[in-house]
Amino acid sequence: MAKANFEVPEITGVTEVPPIQPDSMAHLETFRAKPEFMEALGFPGEMPEDWKEKAIEAMGDMLKKYRSFQVFLDSCVKCGACTDKCHYFLGTADPKNMPVARQDLLRKVYRRYFTLAGKFFPKLVGAVDLTEEVLHDWYNYYHQCSQCRRCSVFCPYGIDTAEISMAAREIMDRIGVGDKYCNEIIGKVFRIGNNLGLPEPALADTLEGLEEDVYDDTGVKVRYPLDEKGAEILLVTPSADFFAEPHVDGLMGYGKVFHEAGVSWTLSSYASEAANFGMFIGSYENMRKVSLRIRKAAIDLGVKRIIFGECGHAWRVAYAFLNTLAGPFDFLDPKYPVPQHILEFTWEQIQAGKLKLDPSANDDMVVTFHDSCNVARATRMGDKPGGQFEIPRNVIKAVCNNYVDMPDGTIREATFCCGGGGGLLTDDLMELRVKGAKPRMDALKAATEEHGVTHMAAICAICKSQFTKVIPYYGFDMDQIVSVHQLVSNAIILTGQNEGGEEEESEEDAA
Amino acid sequence: MSLLTIIVAALFYFAAVIFLTGVLYRVWLYAKVPAPLKIATTPAPVTRWGVVLRMFREVFFFESLFKSNKLLWILAALFHYGLALVLFRHLRYFLDPVPLVVQLAQPFGKYASFAMIIGLLGLWARRFLIDRVRYITAPSDHLMLALLVLIGLSGALTTFVAHTDIVALKQFTMGLLTFDLKPLPGDPLLVIHLLLVATLMIVFPYSKLLHGVGVFFSPTRNMVDNPREQRHVASWARKLELEEENS
Ligand code: SF4
Ligand code: SF4
Repeated sequence: MAKANFEVPEITGVTEVPPIQPDSMAHLETFRAKPEFMEALGFPGEMPEDWKEKAIEAMGDMLKKYRSFQVFLDSCVKCGACTDKCHYFLGTADPKNMPVARQDLLRKVYRRYFTLAGKFFPKLVGAVDLTEEVLHDWYNYYHQCSQCRRCSVFCPYGIDTAEISMAAREIMDRIGVGDKYCNEIIGKVFRIGNNLGLPEPALADTLEGLEEDVYDDTGVKVRYPLDEKGAEILLVTPSADFFAEPHVDGLMGYGKVFHEAGVSWTLSSYASEAANFGMFIGSYENMRKVSLRIRKAAIDLGVKRIIFGECGHAWRVAYAFLNTLAGPFDFLDPKYPVPQHILEFTWEQIQAGKLKLDPSANDDMVVTFHDSCNVARATRMGDKPGGQFEIPRNVIKAVCNNYVDMPDGTIREATFCCGGGGGLLTDDLMELRVKGAKPRMDALKAATEEHGVTHMAAICAICKSQFTKVIPYYGFDMDQIVSVHQLVSNAIILTGQNEGGEEEESEEDAA
Repeated sequence: MSLLTIIVAALFYFAAVIFLTGVLYRVWLYAKVPAPLKIATTPAPVTRWGVVLRMFREVFFFESLFKSNKLLWILAALFHYGLALVLFRHLRYFLDPVPLVVQLAQPFGKYASFAMIIGLLGLWARRFLIDRVRYITAPSDHLMLALLVLIGLSGALTTFVAHTDIVALKQFTMGLLTFDLKPLPGDPLLVIHLLLVATLMIVFPYSKLLHGVGVFFSPTRNMVDNPREQRHVASWARKLELEEENS
């Protein structure tokens, strides 16, 4: 079990609602971005003298630009329905991690400066002046929200704390208070093309390595092309897929599926990132700038379709926002939705009988599936509502003989966040990440005890990185996390593949 | 005409103006602010008609609340359905002749006030008993509940204990509507009831009671899930695009 300098919650298989422990997470403050990184995104590098006025001004501006922000700040009745829905509250017991209380940190300032009641009777309605203390709370607790939207499912008015967190981060950025992790990463995308700062030669190298690996395993030359003009499909995938485990096994899987489907495809070094952290910091402009890279890559390479690899928030930005931010995509083939998810593609191929699959290749596993929060509650796959739950499960069941779900109330639209989403996947927030994973760990434990689950499949780069890092704290093994397309990759039998040449690595891992 | 009649009538006109302008202002404000991104909480309907149904379930059955917390749902339903029936019954003071449905609802409407009060007391109890709810409760939340409970109680008492002169009351209310003032029965309970209701109307647009308006404008509930099929761009975002094209 991994060591921690904080108390790791005990998992029992059932997540109990803890009694509140005020300020139990007040100490956790993620690193601040340096001035140069703030300025690269168009924000002030330092806090100005008149930061209070500037913050209120920014809030006023957001109120005019975002209906969600205005309506959500007004509509909460403090019913408490959301108070036990956030994984961070369930894992930390800090009441400021209850969605409504998190919103209130901003709402009480909104009331003070923008409503009659708050101007005249601040005490009565809980309105307060903006002070350093309040700002401090904003910074800490708006960086303890993974913007997973679980609260919005259960709120009678659909109040989505994610929207408030995004707005709060934007307001703070506009007064020079930004977090290091997100803002530095966005800067890397602008400079190099992806979150990890992998330049073109490194990408080319990695992809070549993948081709060799697949050839060694199967005897089939599967291509992993980069910057190939005239390819039919542009694949945009999170950069973690290029080297992190188990992400890269998923990337191998995409390539095999494309190969068997007989379509030409390419990655782009210019748009070598599906992730879009502009969403996490609530910045329309930055999110748009990152998205426009994908448009440019698609035009430059002359592709007909855009497909996204496995990533949660990236699929949200792609599915729900890309058309808005970087559309219209009238230069692409109108036969296909823009963009598509790799699982939509794979599922179509499976249904069309294009893939030869041997699910027994995954017989060493009993698999369960973690619905990523953004995919589950902010997007769709296929043409029916809820396709985002069915299609991944259908694909898994087509390539695995042993599949079981985790308990109801922890999956599908009620899924628990992995604990590392929303731009919190940084080591300085490890305590939060571990504690926030508790509800998912409880569910995994329950599935393990009841059904002998050995592996949990995920379709999000952040989920995969987060889980491999935090599940050891709970006594699981990091190899228990797999990519969905890794399962596909294991089961697929390529045309002309060596007999008995199936991949062995995941079997060794499982043993 | 007694001073009391004039004061209560004036207060009601004032309250009505505040209520209507306040609510209309909010509606206008919410309608005016764009929603720049598609943010329906999914799974969401893929057609407009589907959204209408989703909203209907949300407004009339509190669908999300039902998913969230059954006890809270029961209390909220007791209060809101009770209130709805009570309000419906009150139509008899404002319509002449009283339509048959309102007459038929009369016996239910009378007892609905109990449901309403029980619901409110239950909601209030949660604010003391559950530590999480206690934490998020502000003084105004207690005041609002107190106001509603008192309105319910004073109303129920005029119906069940100290009967009011209904005929005179109706003349008064009809007089309010037709701007032809008639004397208000000087019954203390009734006067208290009316003063509290006027207070409620005045605070409504400036308080969390606005949720009744907000729910219709909640983008996570009222947006159609069709971002790939239909491009959605807010006016201020369109400007960003134009600026670029021109530069
Ligand atoms: S569920 Fe919605 S209305 Fe109720 S307290 Fe939470 S945010 Fe407020
Ligand atoms: S969006 Fe998710 S992390 Fe943020 S408050 Fe809601 S439930 Fe918690």
